[in-house]
Amino acid sequence: MTQSSSQAMLRRGVIYLGALLILVWSASPFLWQFSTAFQLDRALTSGTPSLIPDPFTLEHFRNVFVSKQLQYYILNSMIVSLTTTFLCLAIGSLAAFALSRLNVKGRYGILMVILSVSMFPQITLVGPLYIAAATLGMLDTYTALILVYIALVLPLVTWVLYGYFETLPREIDEAGRMDGLHAIGIYWFIILPMSMPSLVTTGLLAFITAWNEFLFALAFTSNIDHQTIPVGIAGFTNLYYVPWGDIAAASVIVTAPLILLVLVFQRHIIEGLTQGGIKE
Amino acid sequence: MGRVEVSTRRRPALPRWIWPWLLLLPTFMSLGAVAFWPILEGLRLSFTNTSLISGSTDYVGLSNYVGLMSDGRFWNAWVHTVWFTVISTGLETLIGLGMALILCERFRCRGLIRAAMLVPWAMPTVVTSKMFAWLFDGQNGVINWVLLNSGIIQSNINWYGDPQTAMATIIIADVWKTAPFMALLLLTGLQSIPTSLTEAARMDGARGWMIFWTIRLPLLLPTLLIAGLFRALDAFRIFDLVYVLTGGGPADSTETLSTLAYKELFSTLEFGYGTTVTTAMFITEALLAVILCLWLVHTIRRVT
Repeated sequence: MTQSSSQAMLRRGVIYLGALLILVWSASPFLWQFSTAFQLDRALTSGTPSLIPDPFTLEHFRNVFVSKQLQYYILNSMIVSLTTTFLCLAIGSLAAFALSRLNVKGRYGILMVILSVSMFPQITLVGPLYIAAATLGMLDTYTALILVYIALVLPLVTWVLYGYFETLPREIDEAGRMDGLHAIGIYWFIILPMSMPSLVTTGLLAFITAWNEFLFALAFTSNIDHQTIPVGIAGFTNLYYVPWGDIAAASVIVTAPLILLVLVFQRHIIEGLTQGGIKE
Repeated sequence: MGRVEVSTRRRPALPRWIWPWLLLLPTFMSLGAVAFWPILEGLRLSFTNTSLISGSTDYVGLSNYVGLMSDGRFWNAWVHTVWFTVISTGLETLIGLGMALILCERFRCRGLIRAAMLVPWAMPTVVTSKMFAWLFDGQNGVINWVLLNSGIIQSNINWYGDPQTAMATIIIADVWKTAPFMALLLLTGLQSIPTSLTEAARMDGARGWMIFWTIRLPLLLPTLLIAGLFRALDAFRIFDLVYVLTGGGPADSTETLSTLAYKELFSTLEFGYGTTVTTAMFITEALLAVILCLWLVHTIRRVT
């Protein structure tokens, strides 16, 4: 007995309905946030929400930059996230190279220990680190945030890069060694140039993690000179009402670049993450 | 061969075995200082009455832990955290599996949908919290409007302002953010199942459900369990969503271990007691990890 054609039709129907539901699930909340950003407060509280802004306004975007000074938070986040990304790639790729290519006793043990760090509850780290930062006079500095973020992202970076390095054929190392290259030479002239796609993906993951981090930024910074975007947005309140329009405008500004990056690199991100988290 | 000699002669200072450790040193230093040292220092602080207000730093033995055991707020947060972890991980795995099963079929615009699914994951959690605060707002929230107008509810629900529904709202927000990501992880697992297997079963006349139960699910199980494990360990630490959406309220109905510890540390500045809460949390998470890992290895062995 083969499936009848009406059954096959039903199957297609179910699949397309499911696909539509997934799309609605993933996109609609942000779409509403996007629409909210362009609506007047009076339209938002009128009782009948409308997806198309009427009248259309840029008032919230002006508020966000003029009175909430979002540009400073963006600058702080940029400095912290970009520095974290570059340092993390440098440190993590050295470790991954050593674990993948050099003779390290107990490499699997080391990899497991590194992975286990990514499961530590961050709240357990924040208290002692706060006292340490206060003692060293590092509260309200970029340095403290960057040092913490490097450690938070390193496990992921090391694992994904290790996984990628393992896929590169070992013959090329041999060839490099024949040409008189030292370990560092093989790392710099052979492995790194061949790993550009993976470095880009890993860097993106590191950037997103640092850009989105909230707990440490909240604990370690107390003013607009060093606070990052999540802390800034969490603190968006007005005296008598919640400024939903302003919050939506800020959300759009800080999320849109991430969405663009994710859309461009989606295939690599999924590959990278499954390598780091699921497959071995 | 001659060239190799040249290179060894040029670098006589460091023996070969030291290089890997030298390259690993920055990683060890970073993780040592920012991950391992704080755990130990937190354990030490939990035996003291350290307070940033009074300035005391005396050792008080186990009295913080004794206090913790009889602290109603701690157990309240503990129960909420475990409840949240179990429900959200369960829902995310189920919904993620459903989404993954849809996605592994061929249809138009599949790439677009897969890309859209990364949006909730990439969005900062603080933005997600604010977005859900607006969607589920008690007065002008669009969710209330939709439910009212479709006749499902008679009057506005004060979603995260009411102890009855606040935790549910947080779980909904978390499931929204994480289920699509879970689906993408499970999808890679599904796609690694050889299609020859499912094709052969279909030739033999097996229906969709049969194929799912007898072929796909058993082969997907390792991926499913590992993804669930990582998700559970992550859910257990939940902080951002609760802190921004409800701050642990109303009436402590959404207080979790992370938010309780944060308040203990940074509102009352009682670091001795605060680190007791976080150390207890670390121990619970470690036990959870060990137990889940053992169970996982056991289950995977039995199935494969």
